[in-house]
Amino acid sequence: MKTKKTYPIKGMHCASCVTLIEKSLSRVPGISNAVVNLATEKATVTYDSDTCSEEQIASAVSNVGYKVVMDEELGSQDDEKMEKEKELKKLRLKVSVSLFLGGLILWGSFPGLINTAPELLKSFWVQLLLATPVQFWAGAEFYKATIPALKHRTANMDTLVALGTTVAYLYSAFVTFFPDIVMGLGLNIMPYFDVATIVIGLILLGRYFEARAKGQTSEAIKKLIGLQAKTARVIRNGKEIDLPIEQVIIGNVIRVRPGEKIPVDGLIIEGESSIDESMITGESMPVDKLKGDTVVGATLNKTGTFTYKATKIGQDTMLAQIIKLVQEAQGSKAPIQRIADMISSYFVPIVIMLALVTFAVWYVVGPSPAILFAMLNMVAVLIIACPCAMGLATPTAIMVGTGLGAEKGILIKDAESLEIAHKITTIIFDKTGTLTKGKPEVTDIIATSKITKDELLKLAASIEKGSEHSLAEAIVKQAEKKHLILHKVIKFKAIAGHGVQGKVAKKAVVFGNRRLMEKDNITLISYLKQIEKLENEGKTVMMLAVNGILAGLIAVADTLKDSAKAGVEALQSKGIEVIMITGDNQRTGKAIAEKLGIKKVLAEVLPDQKEAEVRKIQKEGKIVAMVGDGINDSPALAAADVGIAMGTGTDVAIEAADITLINKDLRSVSAAIELSRKTMRTIRMNLFWAFGYNILLIPVAMGVLYPFFHILLSPIFASAAMATSSISVVTNSLLLKKAKI
Amino acid sequence: MTLDKLLVIAFSILGIAFTYWFFLMKNEKAVAVKGNSIDITVDGGYQPEVISIPNGQTTKLNFIRKDPSSCLEEVVLGDFKIRKYLPLNKKVTIEITPKKIGEYTFTCDMNMFHGKLKVV
Repeated sequence: MKTKKTYPIKGMHCASCVTLIEKSLSRVPGISNAVVNLATEKATVTYDSDTCSEEQIASAVSNVGYKVVMDEELGSQDDEKMEKEKELKKLRLKVSVSLFLGGLILWGSFPGLINTAPELLKSFWVQLLLATPVQFWAGAEFYKATIPALKHRTANMDTLVALGTTVAYLYSAFVTFFPDIVMGLGLNIMPYFDVATIVIGLILLGRYFEARAKGQTSEAIKKLIGLQAKTARVIRNGKEIDLPIEQVIIGNVIRVRPGEKIPVDGLIIEGESSIDESMITGESMPVDKLKGDTVVGATLNKTGTFTYKATKIGQDTMLAQIIKLVQEAQGSKAPIQRIADMISSYFVPIVIMLALVTFAVWYVVGPSPAILFAMLNMVAVLIIACPCAMGLATPTAIMVGTGLGAEKGILIKDAESLEIAHKITTIIFDKTGTLTKGKPEVTDIIATSKITKDELLKLAASIEKGSEHSLAEAIVKQAEKKHLILHKVIKFKAIAGHGVQGKVAKKAVVFGNRRLMEKDNITLISYLKQIEKLENEGKTVMMLAVNGILAGLIAVADTLKDSAKAGVEALQSKGIEVIMITGDNQRTGKAIAEKLGIKKVLAEVLPDQKEAEVRKIQKEGKIVAMVGDGINDSPALAAADVGIAMGTGTDVAIEAADITLINKDLRSVSAAIELSRKTMRTIRMNLFWAFGYNILLIPVAMGVLYPFFHILLSPIFASAAMATSSISVVTNSLLLKKAKI
Repeated sequence: MTLDKLLVIAFSILGIAFTYWFFLMKNEKAVAVKGNSIDITVDGGYQPEVISIPNGQTTKLNFIRKDPSSCLEEVVLGDFKIRKYLPLNKKVTIEITPKKIGEYTFTCDMNMFHGKLKVV
């Protein structure tokens, strides 16, 4: 059959993409025509649906590096919402009808109430008439789930409800049709239509509340998706045009006015503004941005007008990355869930077996009328068992926990990371860029008598120009500030963890730390005191030697982040040991650590030794988290039990870390641990409740308390308890939303 | 002991044995993926329930939910960090590329229904 269909295509940038996709599509047998439109980013394909499938179309497009958006993906968000609303509406109707009809039956049959009921309701035939639609219309979903499940030899909650209520209904119908036989057996002519109907009504009511509450557990994702701007004001050929965000391409220049949402990620090329990034980073203070600064899509422009160049669009934007990460985390499984998983796979068959045991025991040794006790208690066992609560205990809490984290700028990679984080005993902070701002500045220049300060700085800046180290940047910047003209360098060589060397203005220059000087046998004796003094102030001292003789010292210091002290204190107050790791020497490291109240410093650690240091501490039996920038220290982050990347949202960092903190506030580390602790507490409470409930109430429903206290559980009470049980688990998870972290 | 009581005991024991055999002793026969995709019907469970897929190959699992029960409205592949809503009667494709030989489960939202991926 000839079919013509239009598909949205993702990833197109230019006209050559059009040709590429068209060519690839035209090669697929069965496609007679393929037209790709760059402006609308759509492909219209005419094909024979007998010889060509949609999957072939999709793969022809993906083979050349683009993506077809199929129908189901397009509308899935709306579909999901609509379908869920439809289901809820249907459920509400079923609940109302079954509780109303069940209520009438109860009125006409319950001892105590029966005297006030109209004669009509006391008739068994009327009760049968009222109970039948409840059993087979409202209760249809239990059967619909049970029958195919039985075909696959599996069983679930619905199986138990269907079994329990059917037994009650059939027995009651039997009593109604054949009262003589029942009387002949020496039993009261008493149907239990109220049990069947009210149980169905209450369980559906529970399901209704549960569905509504469950919807709220994934609210965070919906909120994040809702943050996306719909349009962008793109400047094309000197004119401003409003384009749907899907049509923005990399390199587009976009104008943003005060009060507007920034559509995609990019780089400011003109203007400045203050931007509210709280929705992404959780940081409440607006951030000032100037020309050359990056802006993040979905954040809010507050005061200025600016234009910027789009650098990331679609799935590559930070918001898209965050959504993807949260979705993945919510789909992952926490190790603590394993036990619940194992038990739930045996649970329903075991309950059915227990129900059979209950029936037999009550029938054989129970009081008279034995068959009634046996039946009602068996039904109670089937109804009270609540495997749902066990199934919901962990995932709902994980969903709420990861969602709450995302709102505060704490991105958790998976449930396992969230679980381990609460066990952390030791946290290692990388110094540069994590505890400090990562922007060191020159603080002191001390020259020997043979050289001026400026000449010393000039030599140092010249040789450092070729280095990528952050300290080098500080020195070069200082030289630029003083308008010094730098020399050319030949034979430049960087020695990792030591410094640099080369030939500058025909002089052999060595510039670096003490280790480098020792290596080159350069004596420091007359400057040792000064070096120590600077180091005691937390400064990094570098030495410059010319032709093998010390020419002077340059001290560089990095400012601590404002939140560093509070961040460290928050962790220490939780009883967590805080360690600082740095490439600085012991004295400088200690001086900085002291300012922060950190007692243990791992100093003079070369970048590639950080991982080994983490492992060493792990060997002491400690659960270690490593906090770094996620870019230079990925091996150490990966080696730690929990790797935490700070102040970043780049792909590399997200990939390397278990937890990514988008904001630069060091208190977020403690907040992430608090989030983990609170989520785990909720999970434990949920599991305790779910298991405790079943372990306690199933035996009660079986009648173990009867010989001692004459306590039995009516199936109606059992259904109310069952419905409350799963709702309380979901509600408890939702309470986590209000947790202070 | 009267005959009816003996019968009830006998039937209960038989019932328990049957329940055990029916639910807990079923044969797990894995269906192998042909090509690189497989359709999985979601109706009172997953059909096929046990699927064998080759290691390292990207496989498309096409879920089609026919069961209106809300229990089955989401499918969770915890090991692959995937949780996906399944609209009724619509195909939802999940792509996975397993990197390690072993058994991985996929379940419904409440962990009541289970399927298994055998990566070989």
